[in-house]
Amino acid sequence: MEFKPLNCEDKPKIRFLIVDDSVFARKNLCKLVEAFGGEVVGEAGDGCAAITEYDAVLPDMVLMDITMPKMEGIEAVEHIVRDHPEARIVMVSSVGYQDNILSALQKGARHFVQKPVKPESLYEIIQYVLNDSTVQTQTTPRDARP
Amino acid sequence: MKMELIQPFINSLDAVLAATMGCSAVIADVSMEEGHYRQSGIAALVGISGEIEGRVILDMENAAALQAATDLAGVSGTPTEETTRETVCELTNMVIGNAVTQLNDRGFRFKVHPPQVYAVEAGPAGTEDTETVVLRFETPMGKVYLTLAVRYKIRRASDAARQTVLS
Repeated sequence: MEFKPLNCEDKPKIRFLIVDDSVFARKNLCKLVEAFGGEVVGEAGDGCAAITEYDAVLPDMVLMDITMPKMEGIEAVEHIVRDHPEARIVMVSSVGYQDNILSALQKGARHFVQKPVKPESLYEIIQYVLNDSTVQTQTTPRDARP
Repeated sequence: MKMELIQPFINSLDAVLAATMGCSAVIADVSMEEGHYRQSGIAALVGISGEIEGRVILDMENAAALQAATDLAGVSGTPTEETTRETVCELTNMVIGNAVTQLNDRGFRFKVHPPQVYAVEAGPAGTEDTETVVLRFETPMGKVYLTLAVRYKIRRASDAARQTVLS
């Protein structure tokens, strides 16, 4: 299946951070991101590493697992969004019960995709989140926000 | 063990194999395990905690695990042992995560922990408070086993209410 390259604010390539404790899952997500025309600029295997990596690479989009050692994905979302309210984070997890999804969204995640991931669904959700006008961009000065 | 607890795992394995590899998994046998469970191939374990505590092990015959790794990892030639183990771990994560999602949405409250490669020949045995059920599935790739070893830590509110009414 071929995908039109992801686009947002005329950026040449959308930069992704992939967070999953499974090397296998990270590899698969990296392959998908590349098939979508994106670029993987960082990877992390747990929530703590995700926070550090986010600060280092400031990606356009994060694909974040929930069940991970050291720090789970939902807690990592809370930390990242507290420091970077503009962060676009999509949860990608096999555990998708309502309480979990709600909690992730309340902490600032933008969407949820359940594993096994269907490439076309992930593509649509990423494109939707990238174009969501309610998301504050990193270039917006704090004082200018409503 | 209650069927309402087992059925989501059966549905989930079939759904995950269908979605990832385009094949079905047919339940061939369900048995209560009293002795120690013997590992048959490459296995991964996921711990669960909450109202129900225990562990779930997905064990794939070597041929089935190799086929899964070849298909899912997209490697040419024979996949390495590490790739095969990672594939089984991720399949376990998806199967158990999807089953736990169904159970949570039906009112059971528990969470899953990250999967680990399971490398102990003798698995969990049933004890007085832990029930162990082994589900054997037939797939086009070979046999796949799911072992559920759980105990009810907290009786569900609905069960407790039913008990009160009966007494």
